[in-house]
Amino acid sequence: MCLAIPVKVKSIHGEEAEVESGGTSYKASIALVPEVKEGDYVLLHAGYAISIIDQQEAEETLRLLREIRVI
Amino acid sequence: MMIGEERILAKNLIQEIFRISSKEINLMEFCGGHTVAILKQGIRQLLPGHVHLLSGPGCPVCVTATGDIDNIIQLSGYRDVITATFGDLIRVPGSKSSLQKSRAEGNDIRVVYSALEALDIARQNPGKRVVMVGIGFETTAPTVAASVLQAEREGIKNYLVHSLHKLTPPVMKALLDSGDVKLDGIICPGHVSTVIGARPYEFIPQNYGIACAITGFEPLDILEGIHMLVRQIESGTPTVEIAYRRAVRPEGNLKALDLMNKVFTVGSAWWRGIGEVPGSGLKLREEYRAFDAATVFQLTPQDAAEPAGCLCGEILRAVKTPLDCPLFRKKCNPEQPVGPCMVSAEGACSAYYLYGESDG
Repeated sequence: MCLAIPVKVKSIHGEEAEVESGGTSYKASIALVPEVKEGDYVLLHAGYAISIIDQQEAEETLRLLREIRVI
Repeated sequence: MMIGEERILAKNLIQEIFRISSKEINLMEFCGGHTVAILKQGIRQLLPGHVHLLSGPGCPVCVTATGDIDNIIQLSGYRDVITATFGDLIRVPGSKSSLQKSRAEGNDIRVVYSALEALDIARQNPGKRVVMVGIGFETTAPTVAASVLQAEREGIKNYLVHSLHKLTPPVMKALLDSGDVKLDGIICPGHVSTVIGARPYEFIPQNYGIACAITGFEPLDILEGIHMLVRQIESGTPTVEIAYRRAVRPEGNLKALDLMNKVFTVGSAWWRGIGEVPGSGLKLREEYRAFDAATVFQLTPQDAAEPAGCLCGEILRAVKTPLDCPLFRKKCNPEQPVGPCMVSAEGACSAYYLYGESDG
């Protein structure tokens, strides 16, 4: 139920956005993430974007994981 | 399936978990989505034998009480009502029937992916009353709240919501207070937390001394979450950490919370297997009573018996596993589910059925 998938925001028209995932485009509401910009990745749940994916945090997580080395 | 660098990072994380983990611990993954990911990816088999993963109650379809299912079936029988519901709920047996059977009897029941679709159905059917069955946790509740606000803005008067939405932290507290299961750490739900943030879990380490890690659904996310929990437990410093920082901010999604709180207020809710938990549900506020199916159709929560022999209730409380249930894989299977934990794609019984039956 709480499934959400990452999609890319292609264009924004008011509270609605065209988003894309795996080559397929569809419409989504951005009523819950009004600050979203074109080009952002968002998590899409039940037709609504619920969170903007923070690319810097994603890279920081990877950096921290790379610090864990086999001893 | 992990590839390339992901595989190396996962291997390193697993070795680190083995290195720092010294004692027998119970971790609960609250979210059914995590249960599915853990079983599908075989993560239990990658961990030290003394790190136990238990499935929790985070499956909205599973925790919807039989009495509430009976109410929806009754609602679906009204001639001028179109019932809109999220996927799996339609197959959950009530005490006498199911929505699927009600639909076969000629009642208009639609499966929707989004509350926005239900709103569209209302626009297209002005002579009918369209009732969106609002199930789901804090992830879903803001989307349904937004649909109510949109209906209000557009003057759509034949759109109603039957809110059975439930809240995560209050039921975690109820589980911990019951003392039924001894937990050392909780894998907190990633997508619920995009909305509520990290702070609502802080009472768990503070008052119960139990470690918390919010994590995503990729294998690396889950391993990082487990690594955080083991580290907190072994060092004796339980806290709330976020292993899903790309999607979860400590304060959550303020806009989503604002819309959710505008439309809904906190009330009591019935949970399958757990019973009535005060302050664990969302009801429409007085100002939105015209959209409230519970008010308009006078639906009151009621207690109803569980299907005979079904252990779904105990499984949702993590005191039993699907393997303890005499019906599992026999009388109860995905084709003919006895209880909702086998119906829902993220129910523990369905996940055990599909991805193997190892008990970790």
